[in-house]
Amino acid sequence: MESPATKAFRNPLVNDNPITLQILGLCSALAVTKTLATALIMSLAVTAVITLSNALISLIRRHMPRNVRLIVQITIIASLVIVVDQVLKAYAYGLSKQLSVFVGLIVTNCIIMGRAEAFAMKNSIGLSVLDGLGNALGYSWILILVGSVRELFGSGTLLGIGILPTVSAGGWYHPAALMLLPPSAFFLIGFLIWGLRTWKSEQVERSEFRVLPAGGSERAP
Amino acid sequence: MPSSAGNNQGSSGYSWFARLLELPNDSPLKAVIVTLAVCLIASILVAGSAVLLKPAQEANKERERLARIGEIAALLPGVEEVLQIGDTLRVEARVVDLATGRYVPTIDPADFDQRRAAKDPGLSVVIPPERDLAQIGRRAAFAVVYLVREEDHLRAVILPVHGRGFGSMLYGYLGLSSDLRTVIGLSFYEHGETPGLGALIDDPQWRSLWHGKKVWDGAGIPGIGVAEGPVEPGSSEADYLVDGLTGATWTSRGVTNLLRFWLGSDGFGTYLRSFPNQRG
Repeated sequence: MESPATKAFRNPLVNDNPITLQILGLCSALAVTKTLATALIMSLAVTAVITLSNALISLIRRHMPRNVRLIVQITIIASLVIVVDQVLKAYAYGLSKQLSVFVGLIVTNCIIMGRAEAFAMKNSIGLSVLDGLGNALGYSWILILVGSVRELFGSGTLLGIGILPTVSAGGWYHPAALMLLPPSAFFLIGFLIWGLRTWKSEQVERSEFRVLPAGGSERAP
Repeated sequence: MPSSAGNNQGSSGYSWFARLLELPNDSPLKAVIVTLAVCLIASILVAGSAVLLKPAQEANKERERLARIGEIAALLPGVEEVLQIGDTLRVEARVVDLATGRYVPTIDPADFDQRRAAKDPGLSVVIPPERDLAQIGRRAAFAVVYLVREEDHLRAVILPVHGRGFGSMLYGYLGLSSDLRTVIGLSFYEHGETPGLGALIDDPQWRSLWHGKKVWDGAGIPGIGVAEGPVEPGSSEADYLVDGLTGATWTSRGVTNLLRFWLGSDGFGTYLRSFPNQRG
């Protein structure tokens, strides 16, 4: 059997992935994956926030006032996000301008609140950090994958380096403009979920209702 | 020693701190103190990072500002290939008294901060609300303009402009060619407009629309601006209006208003009218 530490870290990577299984944090996954560079910076920012917030919330979990615990959690998360935003503005100015509001919106990323409430409030600091890292990586690998596909097929580049020579630059590749629009990330994540659930069929949700056969018995007495 | 009631936290001293930690988590006193403590630590963290990182952030903004001046200069006709200012182009900063339109040789442009001056009652003037198109309330009495020369030949005048957009102040530069009638470029280096809508004032394609627009309409008043919607190419409007930004009516209007304000007599109007008399 896996130790609790391995489980906390490994589970969110694929089996309990925040994006593909819990379908959380989609807003940012659509918005910041136009290029690989923004996806990478966003992944780093979320990793820093979720790991630190899990650690801090786990640290004070025994003294967390029960009635206002969500407010205290949000205070911690929001402060961490502001710090990360300030650091990006100081050391990655160009990218932080491209990410614009989406760094600030990490506060509202359900993954972070979700891990704080579901895990860090009940587990030791070490486990919480591992759980935070695991979830952050589970979020990041999908962002990086989607960002790579979108940048490669939308602009013919990866991290700004030309891979597929585009027609406008004298090459042969016609960029797929759809890839530059947020809906393409929606499709890509959809295909990814389809693939993952075909591979790991235990992730398939039970149907909430049964589809009747055509011409069925809905008019039966 | 009496043992205090509550949950056991393995307390070893009876200091006020240990007693506080022993209070049940539902106790209002503990809730208030813990929440306040978290807020205090969080605010120290936030304030600390904001103060410590400010110099690096300001340096980034300054770099961005200079890059935008360089960008406008690079749009000058005939020098598209010259990317680096300094090859043949020379940029000279001069301080202008906006009321008289004359240069002020006693102020070093490097030391003059127009934004700070706009807040200083001694260095700024109030703009009457009915004339305050740009909605800035007050403006600095002086402004730093940039003269771009190629050898000894004046190629461009770059004017700082700012005004209210939809949700934020827009700060940018307007580059005029040496005839003071034609736009070379308009570029905003700082704003907080809605991403994907108003923030498209940053978009290179939209910015390129400004190149070659006429500043003044027939009557000699600033006619330049952003149209509400697309501009019919070849129409008389196309001489001095650029396409409006879809979904960003207020940002588009803000850009028009700030341009007309800064080119008008409360802005650089006097300076531009007296310009031919004081080359140098």
